[in-house]
Amino acid sequence: MSERKILAPGLMIDGFTLGERIFAGGMGSVWRATHPDHTLPIIVKIPFFAPGENVSAIIAFEIEEMIMKRLSGPHVPKFLGSGELADLPYIAMEFVEGDLLSTLTDAAPIPAAEVVRVGQLLARALIDIHRQQVVHLDLKPGNVILSKRGAVLIDFGLAHHDKLPDLMGEETALPVGSAPYMSPEQILGDRTHLESDIYAVGAMLYELATAKPPFGIPNTRSGLKQRLKTPPAMLAPALSGVPPGLAEVILKSLSVDPADRYPTADHLLFDLNHLDQVALTDRSQRNSGGFLARIGALLSRPSEARRATPRPTSFEQRFASAPVIMAAVDLSHGADPLAELVRVHVRRVLAAEPRARLACVTVLKTKIIGEDKPIDEAGRPAYIGRLVALKDWARSLHLPEEKVSYHVLEGVDAAASLMEYANHNPIDHIVMGARASSSLRRHLGSVSSRVVAEARSTVTVVRLGGVGETDEPPPGPESVPDES
Amino acid sequence: MRLALLTDIHGNAEALGACLEHIAAVGVDGYVILGDIVGYGPDPGPVIDKVMELQSRGAVVLLGNHDEAIADGVAGMSELAAEAIHWTREQLSAEHKAFLAGLPLTHQVGNALFVHSSARDPGDWNYVIHRLHAVDCFDATDARRIFCGHTHRPILFHQLAGRPVEEFVPKPNAKVPFSRARRYLAVIGSVGQPRDHNPNACWALLEPDGLTLNRIAYDIDSTARKIAATRLPRWLGLRLYEGR
Repeated sequence: MSERKILAPGLMIDGFTLGERIFAGGMGSVWRATHPDHTLPIIVKIPFFAPGENVSAIIAFEIEEMIMKRLSGPHVPKFLGSGELADLPYIAMEFVEGDLLSTLTDAAPIPAAEVVRVGQLLARALIDIHRQQVVHLDLKPGNVILSKRGAVLIDFGLAHHDKLPDLMGEETALPVGSAPYMSPEQILGDRTHLESDIYAVGAMLYELATAKPPFGIPNTRSGLKQRLKTPPAMLAPALSGVPPGLAEVILKSLSVDPADRYPTADHLLFDLNHLDQVALTDRSQRNSGGFLARIGALLSRPSEARRATPRPTSFEQRFASAPVIMAAVDLSHGADPLAELVRVHVRRVLAAEPRARLACVTVLKTKIIGEDKPIDEAGRPAYIGRLVALKDWARSLHLPEEKVSYHVLEGVDAAASLMEYANHNPIDHIVMGARASSSLRRHLGSVSSRVVAEARSTVTVVRLGGVGETDEPPPGPESVPDES
Repeated sequence: MRLALLTDIHGNAEALGACLEHIAAVGVDGYVILGDIVGYGPDPGPVIDKVMELQSRGAVVLLGNHDEAIADGVAGMSELAAEAIHWTREQLSAEHKAFLAGLPLTHQVGNALFVHSSARDPGDWNYVIHRLHAVDCFDATDARRIFCGHTHRPILFHQLAGRPVEEFVPKPNAKVPFSRARRYLAVIGSVGQPRDHNPNACWALLEPDGLTLNRIAYDIDSTARKIAATRLPRWLGLRLYEGR
């Protein structure tokens, strides 16, 4: 093996000095390395191509180099350099400190709260790489590092970039990926769906919760294809030990048809952040119908899968067509005209994008931090009354349960509460109202102007136009005509 | 070395002007014009003048089948194309005709080959549309990267040794990186008469490490109005709006 003779600690490649070899296998080797220009810990991946065979190793190298060069951010190792195939092929990247997710799957089942936490980390990583037009397509516990900065995804040798040629090619005879986590569409040779990564996350969360992947570790083609005809409801019994909201999220992610999964990882993260508001469906409600219901689910599945879902043509369009909208409604004066106008604009945004989901948010002001829960005149927590008002505000939007959620935030500073919420959730677009200026607002800055200044998302600020807006408190709810 | 590749200008002065303006802003080291300078469009003379000026500044200019038909006749052409050639011939000076008649079929630099149609029998004007055409083209040359036009529909074929030819339709304005392990055959979209349902003019930026197909909006109204004012079939103007 001439390769082994050449590759040794101390060898210098384009300024990278090889250190300890930390991995060696049939496809290549991985080395620690140093470089005078970089203070980061470095690894160098050097593929090994056996003469005349293993073209897949060459393709994996081409793909990983092409994709790594284009990815950045906290959820991938920083790319530092690469060598050409024709000379000495290598990819140098940051060595990411942390534990592989496989240390957790090895210890599975783990507590539900931990499963949720890992799910949130994975969803955040997917949100980031999918927005960079890349779908990983080989997510598995061995390809996820849980580091201080979140989940870091590694090994992009099977990845696909939405705007670049798929070097894997359409001529590949066999499905490529890791059997336990591979999505149904990948088994059929389709490498263009970002929902394939969402499926893999569902499979990993399932394994963390139950100690085995949803379809075990298939080693035959028919074993691999089992997932093509198994509706998620059939997998529900194994999840009987986890909270129903989490089971629903996992099973939705494992839907056979990509169109039945979350349209983006943003929606997945949103549900993981608000499990108590996840709408439970037949998927996870195994107690409601038992065996017959599952057979029913099995029979009803194909027609659902066949329905015509217009597919967006690019990842960018996907994000545009499935936004998470946050409606920030001030209900401190009841359902006043401004709150109604906010709803008019929310309805417009939702009408344009049928895959959008809505988070209805209102702030219940407390006077000082840590104050006891405010109580209304009837002695109930004020929180409950505000939640009722918020649901009433949204009622005429007629949104299905799984597309809407309600959040009463409590805080001293409305703008700060709204921003904290928006920063912890994958919000694409905030719709909120602005009141006419008053001397107090000029002094302190209005809530809307602070949200506009600080938000990372698009913000639509709605104002009551024309005459009639004054500094007077708006009329109470009793004087507002009922819209419905 | 950054090269601007332009093909199938087809007498469309507005589309060419918009591309050249964009190219000047982007900055390139040279130009390759891949043929079909005339035919279909209302400004064959002014377009040839512009191309001659580019040539005097070092541009490589190749022959296309419409350019050849000015002197050699319209055998094998569609009725629409032939009608446009007859009209175009009347608009050109002797100097224009001599310029077209003197153009070469191919140009090779290093491992890159430039040709109007296919590398296989370039003077036969074979279309490169399907993978099988790409296989024929790859087989006819040792060049690792081949650039052509002729179909007005951009597509990129690529092949890893010992593997089937793969195809990809480049996304507008997104650079496609080259892998040194692969051969490439890029069919560049048309400047003056796109037919891929995108009416914007196409020019390609060729860099050592990749290819970008740029799509440029231009004043189609003016071109269509000029066509309507000639004896050229009106359809030649209408099709520009739809890119077909």
